[in-house]
Amino acid sequence: MIEIRNLHAEIDGKQIINGLSLKVNDGEVAAIMGPNGSGKSTLSYVISGRDGYDVTGGEILLNGENILEMNAAERAAHGVFLAFQYPLEIPGVTTMTFLKACLNAQRKSRGEAELSTPDFMKRVKAGAEQLGVPQDMLRRALNVGFSGGEKKRMEVLQMSLLEPTFAILDETDSGLDIDALRIVSEGVNALRDPKRSFLVITHYQRLLDYIVPDTVHVMSKGQIVKTGPKELALELEANGYRDYVGEAA
Amino acid sequence: MAGVVKTPSATEAKLAADYSGVREALPGTSAVGQLRDAAFDEFVSLGLPSRRVEAWHYTDLRIAMREALPLAKATRAGVAVNTLAPAIADVETIRLVLVDGFFAPDMSDVASLPKGVSVSSLADGLTKGDAALMEALSASGLGQGDAALALNTAFMQGGVIIDVAAGAQVSSAIEIVSLTSDGAAQAVYARSFLRLGQGAKVTVIEREAGGASHAQQRNNAFLIMVADEAQVEHVFVPALWHAGSTHVASLLVSLGAKSQFNSFTLTRGGGLLRRQVFMRFDGEHAKGQLAGASLLQGKDHADTTLVVQHVAAHCESREYFKTVLDGEATGVYQGKVMVAPGAQKTDGAMKSHAILLSDNATMNNKPELEIFADDVVCGHGATVAQLDEDQIFYAMARGLPKPVAESMLLEAFVDEATDRVENEALQAYLKGLIAQWLAARGRA
Repeated sequence: MIEIRNLHAEIDGKQIINGLSLKVNDGEVAAIMGPNGSGKSTLSYVISGRDGYDVTGGEILLNGENILEMNAAERAAHGVFLAFQYPLEIPGVTTMTFLKACLNAQRKSRGEAELSTPDFMKRVKAGAEQLGVPQDMLRRALNVGFSGGEKKRMEVLQMSLLEPTFAILDETDSGLDIDALRIVSEGVNALRDPKRSFLVITHYQRLLDYIVPDTVHVMSKGQIVKTGPKELALELEANGYRDYVGEAA
Repeated sequence: MAGVVKTPSATEAKLAADYSGVREALPGTSAVGQLRDAAFDEFVSLGLPSRRVEAWHYTDLRIAMREALPLAKATRAGVAVNTLAPAIADVETIRLVLVDGFFAPDMSDVASLPKGVSVSSLADGLTKGDAALMEALSASGLGQGDAALALNTAFMQGGVIIDVAAGAQVSSAIEIVSLTSDGAAQAVYARSFLRLGQGAKVTVIEREAGGASHAQQRNNAFLIMVADEAQVEHVFVPALWHAGSTHVASLLVSLGAKSQFNSFTLTRGGGLLRRQVFMRFDGEHAKGQLAGASLLQGKDHADTTLVVQHVAAHCESREYFKTVLDGEATGVYQGKVMVAPGAQKTDGAMKSHAILLSDNATMNNKPELEIFADDVVCGHGATVAQLDEDQIFYAMARGLPKPVAESMLLEAFVDEATDRVENEALQAYLKGLIAQWLAARGRA
């Protein structure tokens, strides 16, 4: 469970998150929708601990523990996962090497034993098969020369291996065609679990046809201005954000 | 230097006094003595290289050498080769050991040399006045006009001469291990030779060890003569010398027709290092590659200066260097590719890429092309950048601590150079040294 209380954050002295409160329960899939510039991506960076974002007030509690003092790597080891809108290319580092290093770094940080190579291979192969990721992709440099769909599938594969308790999907639908969207969504849905919560950030209702949320939040000017059931997404699609964007204080 | 009267620096004056003092004791016939005198005269007229000399603009030896350290003596006290330079895993080598620049046959594998390989001491060759050696000493003009090389010619005390017979395919690598007794600050002037007959093939490793406790002034030169159709893979790993050291390591290479030469230098800092390579294509259809990685921190200063001369037509040259700089380190890359009027169909490509990890580190990149032929393909690229913050955040968001994420990205950056070493076991050895350096940096 993640609970954000009265969060204020700024970048380069500019306030972007403006007293935001939000709770996502274990097993819940929450969607955040909102117009451009409402602070959705900033929120995902602030939760995952990117440098350069100053939290000036509030708390973020992951399973009761305040994660704001932790760096991004420590937050990841505590169960935070961010699926990037634009996954980075890492030339010279094979996907396999990267995945193994990340998995073992997290395990080490939690005081768990490192995975043996055969154990690791078994997990990667199983995950890759489920997502239709070909083996040769795992031997290539991470994300280098991957298509948009391949990159997003790789994000979901990483998520399945790292088994986070709280995952943020930042505009996972951007750059995907319908087929890729379906494959990626099925991958995400397979990871839904009573102990795992999701925050799905999106502009469009379309993604929510595939990853059906339990709750929909509307974000505007760095705050949550409306919370409702999944039907709220349909209403937004029909009427736009204009009923809500004026509400932020 | 007509019309210019230069006042010698204290170091230059001391070098002149040292030279007069040891001249008679230095090995060699009277012809060698004349060669030494001529070289020393050249050095006197040029002086210690300073920033006023274009080729030395970023590495000022006149400032760095505040004194001339006493010449090394062949003492060998407390030198244990296996402790200082443990065997490289999975690489079978023939070891030739130099201590403080002097060839030590009793510490070397001279009794078990493979067929076609012969080894002798430079001092013996100079004393005998061996005709082939006398010819090689002039290196057919390679590096001519370089004051540091002239100083090496004047003072050269020891070294090893390796001959590989025509057609010999040497399966073990020849490893020249340069050790330092390290009992006191000292100056070492060594010169070694590798001469390959037609179609011969060999891997040669130059590796240095010791010398961490006292300042060293090292001025060494290695001449490799690659005959027609011969092939050489060469790896050079300088030691982590005492921070007060100055180290000039000259490599002179002459390439015959259809020969292949592939060289890699791994610099890990330790005082001031000047790596200078003079490579000349003397025969057609030869391929020469110079690659390297420099990992620098603290006040390290590493200079890689290359002079590549295309004299013959249809040759291919590649230069590929990566530099990582932390702390207040200074890196220099000067690469000059010269294409003579007759060297048509030359194919040359040169790259130097650097990453700065600190605001106080400096990289000087100076690629140069001098082309006097009209049908050539030559290019160069030089970059200086920082690590990509987005990539670091991505890796951290997956759980990699920042130093680990940085090391991973730096390793990938450097690997692009290291991957050019063809011998896989040697490549693994170099990558191990690089990983050690990065891990130590991550802990600091």
